Amino acid sequence: MDGLKRGSAAIVGVAESELGQVADGMSVFDLMAQGTRRALDDCGLSLKDIDGLFCATAQSRLSVLGLAEYLGIDPKFIGSTIVGGSSFEFHVAHAMSAIALGLCNVALIAYGSTQRTIGRKQASVREINPYETPFKPFLPSSAYALAASRHMHQYGTTREQLAAVAVAAREWALLNPAAWEKKPLTIADVLSSRMVSYPFTVRDCCLVTDGGGAIIVASAERAKSLKKPPAYVLGCGHAVTHANITSMPDLTVTGALASGKAAYAMAGLGPADIDAIELYDAFTINTILFLEDLGFCKKGEGGAFVSDGRIAPGGNLAVNTNGGGLSYCHPGMYGLLLLIEAVRQLRGECGARQVKDCEVAMAHGNGGVLSSQATVILGTPATL
Amino acid sequence: MRMSSIQNSPLKTYLDHLSRGELAYQFSPEAGRAVFYPRVICPFTGSDKLEWRVSKGLGTVYATTVVHPAEGKPFNVALIDCDEGFRLMSRVEDIAPDAVCIGQRVRFRVHQGGDEPCPVFTPVEGA
Repeated sequence: MDGLKRGSAAIVGVAESELGQVADGMSVFDLMAQGTRRALDDCGLSLKDIDGLFCATAQSRLSVLGLAEYLGIDPKFIGSTIVGGSSFEFHVAHAMSAIALGLCNVALIAYGSTQRTIGRKQASVREINPYETPFKPFLPSSAYALAASRHMHQYGTTREQLAAVAVAAREWALLNPAAWEKKPLTIADVLSSRMVSYPFTVRDCCLVTDGGGAIIVASAERAKSLKKPPAYVLGCGHAVTHANITSMPDLTVTGALASGKAAYAMAGLGPADIDAIELYDAFTINTILFLEDLGFCKKGEGGAFVSDGRIAPGGNLAVNTNGGGLSYCHPGMYGLLLLIEAVRQLRGECGARQVKDCEVAMAHGNGGVLSSQATVILGTPATL
Repeated sequence: MRMSSIQNSPLKTYLDHLSRGELAYQFSPEAGRAVFYPRVICPFTGSDKLEWRVSKGLGTVYATTVVHPAEGKPFNVALIDCDEGFRLMSRVEDIAPDAVCIGQRVRFRVHQGGDEPCPVFTPVEGA
């Protein structure tokens, strides 16, 4: 983003809360706090060091107040931008801005969701849109399905190619002990699963899990003396193009085009420099759209690009290495977990799924119905 | 007494047209283009000068899906590009939901039978 200096802040601590299905009665703040405790332990900072506080959740309207109260802190700077699953990629840019201006020194970004234990209908408020609701789209799935229909029509993308995205995600998930899904998946399995909103079966759609976590962002100066190597923020960018799918200008082109361009410009890098790519895969079409819009392949070629195991373990592009929202974890606003995986890849902490010589990683968040896009490019100390 | 400079909300005006069998949209003279959904200012210029117009009711399917609900029959949801240059969400009726295809020409009609009238489309030949 214009005005932000490459590498002036870093993610220094990361942690998931419990994921999957949490104990009955756990609140979103319990999960944020658990993630916070673990993220502080990850970097060696303590709660009193936190003077910037950011969070988002679908289950609390005034969430940053709830979290500040729960943690017993009085932050100097707060932010609770909520634009769907990409909110946390926005928070990273906002925390970096606040740190650059001296408004805070160490920022906590937290998330929690109990949508699986309490049910999706309880977890998010149903919003009535008089111009869409009468037609009963199954949202968000149907909105993404409409985008997929357009991509299939314009570029000949097939259901098998969409399924290849889910299969690759599953193969990565089988390498991640924290992943929800534990069994192999084939293209035939995806195609023969229960249809949700054509062309998507349930296997083209993300999981519905609980989960959360926290990350800690500090100035580059502060980051140097902490427990683990910092993941420097080399670039970030965002774009908001619409709220409702009817208003999306072109269903085959997302705001990732603009967010990626801004992030690459700030980082002074391009697609060929990214070693690990964490994309918000709420639906199989997402991965294809974002690979195109972020410049990893040409517009319209994403379907062919994801086939033949290219983005699966052992392929030539490491995409969604934790197993993604499709097979690892999707608590409803998945973006924080993308950042956690990107940082761990840069640190070399990923065990069987570790990307070799990972120096630069991307976390790309998506929110709403392809509505908000935010790209964060992170790098090891060697990339500064 | 409630004071308001807006007597009818954009939604009310739209629904009043629909109840008369008309698909209404707004036109922004300053932008020279259609605006939909109805609003109080134009998203292209910021002007509050928006004219109401009635669509001829012809359009083209821009995107389509078939929703498979947990209970009940599958049904169509589509985005329709009307010839006047605006897009709306709707569904195509009178054909199987999976027979709706992108590029298909469709004509507006008011769906009756629901709680409120709603604009749906049916296929047309040679339009």
